[in-house]
Amino acid sequence: MSGHYRTASGGIDLERSRPIRFEFDGQAYQGLQGDTLASALLANGVHLVGRSFKYHRPRGIMAAGPEDPNALVTVRRDAARSTPNLSAAQVELYEGLVAHSQNRWPSLRFDVGRINDLLSRFIPSGFYYKTFMWPRTAWHSLYEPRIRAAAGLGVAATEADPDVYAQRYGHCEVLIVGAGPAGLAAALTAARRGARVLLCDEQALPGGSLRADTGTRIDGKAATDWLRETMLELAQAQNVTVLTRTTAFGYLPHNMVCLSERLTDHLASPPASKPRERLWQVRARQVIFATGAIERPLVFPGNDRPGILLAGAARSFLNRFGVLPGRRVVILTAHDEAYRTALELQAAGAQIVALADLRARASGPLIDAARGAGLAIRRNTTAVGTRGNLRVCAVGLAAVDADGAAAGDTDWVSCDTLLMSGGYTPSVHLHSQGRGKLRWEETAQVFVPAEAGQSCRSVGACKGLTGAALAAVFNQAATAARDATTECGFEALPVTIAVSDDTSAGGGWLGTLPQAARPRGGKAFVDWQNDVTAADLGLAVREGFRSIEHIKRYTTTGMATDQGKTSNLNALAIAARQLGRTIPEVGLTTFRMPYLPVGFGGLAGYARGELFAPLRKTPMYGWAAARGAVFEPVSMWQRARYFPERGEDMHQAVARECQVVRRSCGIFDATTLGKIEVAGPDAIEFMNRMYVNNWNSLAVGRCRYGILLRDDGFVFDDGVVARTAEDRLHVTTTTGGAPRVLGLMEDYLQTEWPQLKVWLTSTTEQWAVIAVQGPRARDVLEPLVEQADLSAASLPHMAMTRALVCGVPAMIFRVSFTGELGYEINVPADYGAEVWRAVWESGQAHGMCAYGTESMHVLRAEKGYIIVGQDTDGTMTPDDAGVGWAVGKSKSEFVGMVSLRKRALQDPNRKQLVGLLTADPRHVLEEGSQIAATPGQRPPMQLVGHVTSSYYSSVLRRSIALAVVNGGRSRMGETLYVPTPAGESAVTVTQPVFYDSKGERLNG
Amino acid sequence: MLVIPCPYCGPRPELEFSYGGQAHVARPTAASNPSPADWNAFQYERANIKGLHAERWRHIHGCARFFNVIRDTTTDEIVRSYRSGEK
Amino acid sequence: MAEPAKRQPPSVAPLAGLRVLAPLARYALRVDLAVAAAAAAAAAAAGAGAGIMPLATAVCRASQLRDWHALWLGPDEQLLLGPAAAGAAFAAAVGNALQGVPHSLVDVSHRQGALEVSGPAAATLLNAACPLDLGLAATPVGFCSRTVFGKAEIVLWRRAEHAFQLEVWRSFLPYVHGLLTLAAAE
Ligand SMILES: [Zn+2]
Repeated sequence: MSGHYRTASGGIDLERSRPIRFEFDGQAYQGLQGDTLASALLANGVHLVGRSFKYHRPRGIMAAGPEDPNALVTVRRDAARSTPNLSAAQVELYEGLVAHSQNRWPSLRFDVGRINDLLSRFIPSGFYYKTFMWPRTAWHSLYEPRIRAAAGLGVAATEADPDVYAQRYGHCEVLIVGAGPAGLAAALTAARRGARVLLCDEQALPGGSLRADTGTRIDGKAATDWLRETMLELAQAQNVTVLTRTTAFGYLPHNMVCLSERLTDHLASPPASKPRERLWQVRARQVIFATGAIERPLVFPGNDRPGILLAGAARSFLNRFGVLPGRRVVILTAHDEAYRTALELQAAGAQIVALADLRARASGPLIDAARGAGLAIRRNTTAVGTRGNLRVCAVGLAAVDADGAAAGDTDWVSCDTLLMSGGYTPSVHLHSQGRGKLRWEETAQVFVPAEAGQSCRSVGACKGLTGAALAAVFNQAATAARDATTECGFEALPVTIAVSDDTSAGGGWLGTLPQAARPRGGKAFVDWQNDVTAADLGLAVREGFRSIEHIKRYTTTGMATDQGKTSNLNALAIAARQLGRTIPEVGLTTFRMPYLPVGFGGLAGYARGELFAPLRKTPMYGWAAARGAVFEPVSMWQRARYFPERGEDMHQAVARECQVVRRSCGIFDATTLGKIEVAGPDAIEFMNRMYVNNWNSLAVGRCRYGILLRDDGFVFDDGVVARTAEDRLHVTTTTGGAPRVLGLMEDYLQTEWPQLKVWLTSTTEQWAVIAVQGPRARDVLEPLVEQADLSAASLPHMAMTRALVCGVPAMIFRVSFTGELGYEINVPADYGAEVWRAVWESGQAHGMCAYGTESMHVLRAEKGYIIVGQDTDGTMTPDDAGVGWAVGKSKSEFVGMVSLRKRALQDPNRKQLVGLLTADPRHVLEEGSQIAATPGQRPPMQLVGHVTSSYYSSVLRRSIALAVVNGGRSRMGETLYVPTPAGESAVTVTQPVFYDSKGERLNG
Repeated sequence: MLVIPCPYCGPRPELEFSYGGQAHVARPTAASNPSPADWNAFQYERANIKGLHAERWRHIHGCARFFNVIRDTTTDEIVRSYRSGEK
Repeated sequence: MAEPAKRQPPSVAPLAGLRVLAPLARYALRVDLAVAAAAAAAAAAAGAGAGIMPLATAVCRASQLRDWHALWLGPDEQLLLGPAAAGAAFAAAVGNALQGVPHSLVDVSHRQGALEVSGPAAATLLNAACPLDLGLAATPVGFCSRTVFGKAEIVLWRRAEHAFQLEVWRSFLPYVHGLLTLAAAE
């Protein structure tokens, strides 16, 4: 037997033949296949499942769905798979499930934090802001950690999440959220007309309220039989996708709905390959919300003890799981539906010790039925308190007088369960997220969806048909689905569903229940999860808060993980009453996604580890990795940073690599440089308009250093540009700049100069680029090259030629970023690795080394060659960066030209690129260090610039640095001061070229 | 995530597009020797409209064309789209 | 040293329904389509380069001429795909056919690799990271377009109801392949 509170029969969610063992707080229990953790615990008579957030009050299961604010548990598979803050009613039982209560120490039954409840008058709403103001330093060290430790929810897993999380983009004509009666009627209608239908429901099994329906007959069948047949029809339809365990949590612009599908959390042993969750981003032509309604609790003193449940939840537990929440039940209601619960519980063997109705008048078939079944109904009755420590044991009932206050003696009715119903709140969250308007229905006292913000419709209980006859719900849903599919261009086919033996119900209550003038029954909770009481809301209003948004934030009502699903309307009613305004005048707080908490895993999806982002590798990556290269990320690329030999650290490796390049030669992978083919009869004209340089004079077969500005006049990118044919240029960009340079060029070409006959094609990845740099570069390459002459006369510095390299058609650029004789061999990328190997082998006779980006940086800094983005920062003109010589003097147009005319950009005191030499040649300045003109300053200091590049040069046997300094070019020889943690470092301003200042080695 | 009607390819997901700022901001040529105020207006002054906004988008991961969109900044509703150079 | 090196496209592990296609010749052709069509017709009439150049004139659709496919990627942009060995001759013939017509023909054979995703679940698998509606109404056989796959840009070409060709820049190919492999594992 799976618990003493299990009924002998019934429970349509159950497989009674399959018992399941599980563990809660270390205690073993038995449940049944189909149980939730909540139903299984209740079947075992366990109501106490948690401690409250702030006061550590004992709390029990209150609702039968994820809206439950109380029964938050942690489900733990292992140290890496531990999920906190799950509602026990959304946790499906599986063999061996281990769950824990939260926010208690040392144990759930004896919790030291309970002292907070006794101290509660010192921690009212807003206490966080008021109490701990002084001393300020104590806030971080003392108050906040203590408060956070004492008030809290579950604890996240401590190890990396090993599960896979899937994602999918979905597309359909009609998306239906909720597979209760309204959603099913909508799905049948839309599906029979051929539209692509996606139907999702957060529960494990579809049907919604039909699963607890024992009386209604649909199309002449029991509701549960109709449900089964309907699901069969939908499952067989090719055009229908049904997703269970799937929560629609966000409704975004242009009819995108985000779904979280839980795939394995209900399995005892999830298959390793199966993702745990799938995040759906569904684009629907039309959306139908059939999201139902949530039962409201009642606000009265002591309303939070374990054993106090929502009446509808008790009915769910009984009919779906065959569980009696207790044997001696008091029902307190303002809604007819609770009478149905009373009747069914009585039929299942529970004793209804009292049935109290807050309303003076209540009538209808359900009330008649209750009376017929011999239930004594107390009208006009309120609750003024409850008793019981870890479980409710009595309820204090009192009559309500003509003024709406509790009057007369309190009748303490002993019980083991109290069921309450304040009526139903339509779930308008998603409709509202989509900027839909709400309308206040005065008679029903609910907000219902009004004008939709997007192509969506709400049907059924979420549209206000709570407690309505099923026929009306079906009719409304089928009509909405027909209209939605018609709007998608599908032909109309009427769907009619016949309903009999149905009863409608009504009623509801908002705000605090009638109490005596001086209530003494203790705290009356509004927001169970955040421990917000009616008194807290009153205090907020008394302290001057008027806007509901401010009251929410001050009291934190509705701000817990449940986002106030059970509490917001009661809070609003209490605040409105205190403010002396109507509920629609005060208005609701904003509904925001997510509807329910969504794990980070689902949001991250596949984007983890190696697949977080593309790791771009060049064709030579494998060679470098095999040689033990250390890589660094440069934008999305993995670039070899240095090639350590025999235990070298980076500095040793870089020192060796630089010396070998200057003495002999080195091979360098320059593939990641961006490449853009600019082709067409107007190619030169286009480049004239884009770049600062004058391109008319660039002959075919020649290269030039180009600078690209933005229209604000600041350096955007640079690179070598080669004219490969009369109407064709090969433009190179920085590694990180390739996409944005192409984007900027396309922008001007398409929108400013669309008449130019020129086209841009990215060829970054077409070519593998092998740089061979150093005095022996020609000797290394010559044996491999056919159909080209590498001699200085034939291929001088800044020339290019086509050739065969290792038999592969290649472009050879004689360019240098090291100041040495150098070539950059471009071969089609599939040949890159093989040609690289051939060059490497050829270089061995010449002592060639492979060098990485670190040595590249040092070698170029020795020559004062800037790196855009390192030595420039988006506020530097070409002149500032020391490359003003590149700007064409007689040009009529280029991007940034007008800005360069600004007086501010011609100020001689702007920061200009210079070299710095430290007094101590071993001292390498920190890049980014600030520079002062005079020594010994104290903050605030007068600063004149900063260091942009700084290295130790093994070739020069000293440190070198590039810097930008106000009026730097007029400060040559001056001494400046760089504050460092170790003291001030005196530096001398120099030209930014430290090596071969005449540039003779380039022409070797 | 929006659905943006590319005037060349039709409606496509926002992920394929990049935003290009306010549309129809005329760029003075260098030859016209614009006043600092005019150049400044072109460079930095934008309307920041609440309501119907003419803006540039590029179907960067599609046909790669720049084009214009009239979008309501309060609702994200896209009223229409049209090619660069069109009104 | 006249032995041409072997082409080595980026390598990835094999998986059913997902394979790396053999190297192709690829050209990015940029030209005013109407002008190009007229020029091609004229060249064909003159017997020069007859029937060499496929042109895709329908938006986001591929067309085929013998061994060569043209994929419409933009109003003035075609991606031409054909046998690797025939690339150089093809480029020369296209150049001839377009003589006097302003255009840009750029060899991008090595810029990208091709993946084939096939099988009844191919569209579903692609929707793991591709946001397009892959229903046949929105993306019929012959559909082609640049789009995104996760954080990579791809060209998606539907060659059959259940077969897609993905053109992926070479350094993004292992990422796209890895994402497809992980998504296919379920
Ligand atoms: Zn487009």
